[in-house]
Order: sequence, then structure tokens, then C-alpha cells
Amino acid sequence: MIEVSKLSMQAGNCLLKDISFRVETGQYAILMGRTGIGKTTILEAVCGLRSISSGAVLINHQDVTNWSPGERNLGYMPQDLALFSTMSVRSNIEFALKIRRIPKAERAVKVEELAGLLQIHHLLDRSTVALSGGEAQRVALARALAATPAALLLDEPISALDRETRLETQQLLKTVNRRTGVTVLHITHDEAEAEALADVRLQLEQDREAKTVRIRSSAT
Amino acid sequence: MATAALCCKGIRSLKRKPLQRYSDVMFFLTMGGLSSCFVILILLLLIADLNFTSADEFLEALRKPEIRSAFRLTLFTCTAAAVMSVWVATPLGYLLSRFRFPGRQLVDTLVDIPVVLPPLVLGLSLLILFHQPFPFSSLFTGPSISADAEPDAGMKNAREGWILDEWLRNEMGFPVTYRWPAVVLAQFAVACAFAVRTMKVTFDQIDPRAEDVARTLGCSRGGAFMQIALPQASRGMIAAGTIAWARALGEFGPILVFAGATRFRTEVLSTTVFLELSVGQLDAAVAVSLLMVGMAVVVLLILRWLGADLTS
Repeated sequence: MIEVSKLSMQAGNCLLKDISFRVETGQYAILMGRTGIGKTTILEAVCGLRSISSGAVLINHQDVTNWSPGERNLGYMPQDLALFSTMSVRSNIEFALKIRRIPKAERAVKVEELAGLLQIHHLLDRSTVALSGGEAQRVALARALAATPAALLLDEPISALDRETRLETQQLLKTVNRRTGVTVLHITHDEAEAEALADVRLQLEQDREAKTVRIRSSAT
Repeated sequence: MATAALCCKGIRSLKRKPLQRYSDVMFFLTMGGLSSCFVILILLLLIADLNFTSADEFLEALRKPEIRSAFRLTLFTCTAAAVMSVWVATPLGYLLSRFRFPGRQLVDTLVDIPVVLPPLVLGLSLLILFHQPFPFSSLFTGPSISADAEPDAGMKNAREGWILDEWLRNEMGFPVTYRWPAVVLAQFAVACAFAVRTMKVTFDQIDPRAEDVARTLGCSRGGAFMQIALPQASRGMIAAGTIAWARALGEFGPILVFAGATRFRTEVLSTTVFLELSVGQLDAAVAVSLLMVGMAVVVLLILRWLGADLTS
């Protein structure tokens, strides 16, 4: 469960004001809004990568507002994926497990499980540098899912892909959500994508005169 | 039809203008001519050096014990200065690249000061730092010094205050000024500034997003730096070390002022050239110069191999 309560913070030229929303455990939430309105800022605030002016962030009913990003147990996938270029695909995926000092045998089991779910067995011992867009997407997803996060935060995960891979990845995200039961907060511009995936839709809207951004939430 | 007519008309109207034809040639002649002034100058300098000495004279000069000693000391001090520079430049370059902290602009400017400071002034500043009593230090150290020393000397010391060089020599048993550590410190003061610039550019070119992701996956800031940023910066660290080494090799002014030019003690190759010149041994001076040119070329080749983009 992700809950953002009365969050206020500056996002570029816009002031995000009194942003409140709630995504229940296992739900797939889509966050929409025009470019530059502060969608990524909200995602980064939930991750703990950006400090907020006021308000609170709750993960599974626990107030984590002042926690460091690493303590929040979230899977974050930025728009550019930011795979660790000096590591193999396998090392990328087991990174969060190594940090948590999970024994090697357990790590191997988890990597195999994720590789099966995301169909990336054949990539495990390759470098991340020469992966195609769709492959890199799957690896980043596996890396984010490895430590069984409380929620998955996806910043426009599909937008850079070609149409065919986009539909494939869309289906994959839905499968991951349904099979693992992980809560998802997903940023997109694409109406069709929102239509296909969303349990909950969150829309950021700008009040031009007050230069503030508010949020509208609706279930689908 | 109309479009076709337009196209044909367009083709018919194409004419080579004589001025345009020669403008590219003129461009390359002018740019090439101006550029070659510098390239030819450097080439002529190297040819003149090579022409001045023979292989026998070169080898004979390098057999001199004082020059061999200077060569060994140069290798040691340059390497020590380069290693120290990379140690300091890596965290400093990272902080300057990643964070906007109060006083960042000031730190950024301070780092460049050794680059623009006249070399002799840098040496003099080091000398003054090591030999000047620290302000207000007599308030803290005065009584303890006067207790061990003779009454008169104690009074003098207490009045003058705490002096870094005296403390290092007497208390720590590690004399700096006019010894080899002074050579390393003088080289480090300049070399480190170049290493910091290189490391900042290196970290600027590395996407901080990967470190952010590592932090969400459970890493602390230190962990993200060590496990994500540092492995990506390895080429930059080698480049910074190489630049620092090359700068240390060419250092002369600060070494002369701060470490002196004592044979077999603080003589490095740059001071050898000066010492040989001052006693009229032009052959030996040129031989050592050529040796330094060779060392610099090796360093430049390593840099080229690592990618020139990191040094810009």
C-alpha cells in the first residue's frame, strides 16, 4: 500500500500542493499529467530521493517520510532504466539481495525465479551494455523486483519502446502485478496504456493562475 | 507537371561560383597555416634537442650517479604525488559534481588557484605556511614548549607560537622542508588541482540515476559511491593519476623554493636540468630534458589511449 498525504513540494516551476492519494496493496495505479507537471517528482518523493516541504509518505501503513530511500523497500525503475553498466545482468538483478546479505544459494534461486517470470534466462551472463530496449526493460524490472519490494514505482517504462515491444511489456507488467501481488505506481502519457493497465487512475492537474498542481483520483 | 518544371528550372539555375569554389580551400589554408605555427614550433624544439646531443652523450649523462639518483627520486615523488592526488581528487570531484552545498563555488574556485598561481609564489606560500607561527597558537602550546626547553628559548618559542615545520621535525621526527617530502608536497599542490578537474568531469559524465536506483535498492550513499560510481569512474581515475603524474614531472618552481636543489637529496629531473645548466653542462641538461620528454610522451600516449574526452 502506498499512501501520500497532503504532500507539498516544489517541482520545477510548479508547486505541488496538498497532493493526497492512496494505492491499495496489489493495485495497479497509473499516474498521468502533462509534461513537466511533476509526475517524476512525486515518484522520487515516494522513493525518498527528493525531500518534501510538508506532508507524509506511508508505505504499508508505516510513515516513511523521513526514512532513507534504502529503508523504504521499494522497486524504482527510472525512465532511462539506469542499469549498472559495470555489472552483468545477473549482478544487476541480485544487487539488492547482495546488499541485504542474502546467501549465494538463495540469491541464485531468486534470480532463476525472476528470469523465468521475465523470460531473460538467456541474458543472465551478458553485459548490460548491448541489450535491446525491451531486454533492458525486463532486466530493470527484475532488478527492481528482486528484494520483493512493497511497491514498484515505474517512470514511463514503456514509452521508449516500439509498438510491438510496448504491447508485450504492457502485458508483462500486468502479469507481474497479478502474479506477485506487488503494488504498482506507473507514470505514463499514453491513454491506451492507462486503459489497459489501471485499477486506479491518478491525474495531475495544474491550476494556471495559482501555479499549483493538484491531483484527481478515480477508480476504473 | 508544375513541380517537374520547377525542379528543372532549379537545376538549370545551378552555377558554380568561383569565389565559393575557392572558399573551402582558403578556409583550410588559413586554419592549417595558423595551426601549423604551433605544431611546427613544438616539432622544431624536439628536433633541435635531438640534434644537439648524440646517443653516446645521452647515455653518458644518464650514467652520472647524481642524475640516476634524481631519476629515482623523480619516479618516486611523482608516483607518490599522483597517488595522493587521486585519493583526494576522487572524493572532492564527486562532491563537486553531485552536490550543491553552501560554499561550493568557493571550493571550486580554491581548487583552481594552484593552476593559475605563479609557481614560485606557490613554493613561497608553502615555505611561509611551514615556517610561520600559527596565529593564537602560543595560547595553547606556549607553556608546554617552554617547560622542555631552556628558559630563554622557551620564552622565544612561546612568544612565536606553534610552527608546523618545527613540530614535524622535532615532535614527529619527519622533517619536510628541504627534504623529499617537500618535493612531494610541492608536486601534489599543483597535480591535485588537475586531478580534481579530471575527476569532476568524469563524475559529470556518469549518470547519477544509477546511484539513485542503487540507493532505492538498499544502498547507503557511501555504498552507491563505492559500488556504482567508483567502478564507472575507473578510467577517469587512471586519467587523473596520469595527468597528476605528468604535472608532477614538470614541476620546478615550487620545488626549488620549498625543497631546494640539493644533489642526492631533493634533486628531481627538473632541478637537474637547472643545476646542469647553471654549471654550464649543456649536454647533460639536454640529455635529461630528452629523458623527461620521453617520459612525458609515454604519459601522453597512455592518456590518448584512455580517451581524450576525459581530459577536456
